Amino acid sequence: MSQLSLKVEFGGGIELLFSKKHTITVELPALVPTDDSTDDQSLMEDTAKEKKPANLAYLVLYLRDRLLTERAELFVENGTVRPGILVLVNDTDWQLEGEGDYELKDKDNIVFISTLHGG
Amino acid sequence: MSALPLLDYQRYGRQMILDGIGFPGQVKLRKASVAVVGAGGLGCPALQYLCAAGIGRIGIIDHDRVELSNLQRQILHTEETIGLHKAESAARALKSMNSDVLLDVQTVAVVADNARELLAPYDILLDCTDNVPTRYLLSDTAVALGKPLVSGAAQKFEGQLSVFNYGANGPCYRCLYPTPPPRETVGSCAELGIFGVVTGTIGNLQALETIKIILGLHDETPALLIFSALGTPPFRSIKLRSKKESCLACGKSPRIPSSTDYVQFCGGPAPDWVSLGQSSGKANQRAKVEELRQAIESGVELSIIDVRPPTEFGICQLPGSRNIPLKALLEDPKKCIDSGTEPVYVVCRLGNDSQIAAKALRSQIEGEITVKDVIGGLQAWSKEIDPSFPIY
Ligand SMILES: [Zn+2]
Repeated sequence: MSQLSLKVEFGGGIELLFSKKHTITVELPALVPTDDSTDDQSLMEDTAKEKKPANLAYLVLYLRDRLLTERAELFVENGTVRPGILVLVNDTDWQLEGEGDYELKDKDNIVFISTLHGG
Repeated sequence: MSALPLLDYQRYGRQMILDGIGFPGQVKLRKASVAVVGAGGLGCPALQYLCAAGIGRIGIIDHDRVELSNLQRQILHTEETIGLHKAESAARALKSMNSDVLLDVQTVAVVADNARELLAPYDILLDCTDNVPTRYLLSDTAVALGKPLVSGAAQKFEGQLSVFNYGANGPCYRCLYPTPPPRETVGSCAELGIFGVVTGTIGNLQALETIKIILGLHDETPALLIFSALGTPPFRSIKLRSKKESCLACGKSPRIPSSTDYVQFCGGPAPDWVSLGQSSGKANQRAKVEELRQAIESGVELSIIDVRPPTEFGICQLPGSRNIPLKALLEDPKKCIDSGTEPVYVVCRLGNDSQIAAKALRSQIEGEITVKDVIGGLQAWSKEIDPSFPIY
């Protein structure tokens, strides 16, 4: 089964929620559990769980469950990124790509950026 | 017959000979009017270049006054204009640079009640403000008045730039951000820090986008430019969504009442951290700076924990104090207390984080150790005890 290697970047302060890292590589199986579970067991190839193609909505939950180092509500609200965070897929607003339904492809570049307010 | 004063040919010659500007372009600039809301870190450089390029009329709107802590980035203000309204101070600087430009100085705050009237006279609006409610208000006003909004923002080493409500299908700020961010995720320049060349870069680009719109050189593609001063590459341009049909401001059925309370919409007013840090708290849980001074001078054993981030601790610190950043302290409060029994004083910059830290320590301690945090923090220490202690 194929793996996806994603370049995930954080900006505008979102990096503070992920150990101050600006860029990370996330490895995901191309097929992930339909129930959105993110533990190692569920991501094993031979799990009995039903599978679906990994999409952006799943990546958000994966980042929340596996890599977030601050309170979840600073990143996620109602199952998607909280207001004030823009998600970019290969330098395009995710709204143009189907938002959470966008199916991830190998080598995709995903950016989570907080809107800035200062001046 | 020339439509330009004779000296303008000399003054603007270097840009007039550019293809894309020329004589008609210079006339367009001279006939244009723009409103710059906010004469701070973004507004100053934007104003400077708009004025130098020969925009005919510029509205400068800001109700704040110049402070010493502004001069690091708000490059039109000077030591001489500290205390003046920023709009007035900026106008003085611009006047001496280009006395031909008509400057409207407005020292009022832009609020829902006056926004349309204040901004109606101008062709293009620039959002050079520093807070979320005003950003929504300016976007809604730009939509209501049918004017492009050149929006800049900056924090720390990063900046963002977009033109809203422009072109056939350009989105407004609300299309992009229908819901404001939670209040607690929004910090100010004073809290988060800001680097002068970063606001300078974004402010310059705001002037550039404005001039491109005036000259008809803008391609109208909705985009967000992201600038990370420390990134490689430092700039990236993001293709943005177009206007959203469901947008409350610019969509199919707009329904933003002109009486909207933008501050409430964005989660209420920004906390006044200085006042909050000065609250007296519960009996025997907070100490005045005078108490700390006496404790230090009495020579008794005591422990001072400074919970600011390490970078701030490196700027200035009380002698003998230990730096344990708030986050580290909260992860394991027990580890932060020595085995001894000496009293613990917790300090921070203004006296807010120190309350959180002291509470966490008290909840973990068994026995006789007293834990107090210092009212008003190091700023109070400087004001009341030691004027030579830096305030930043
Ligand atoms: Zn809109």
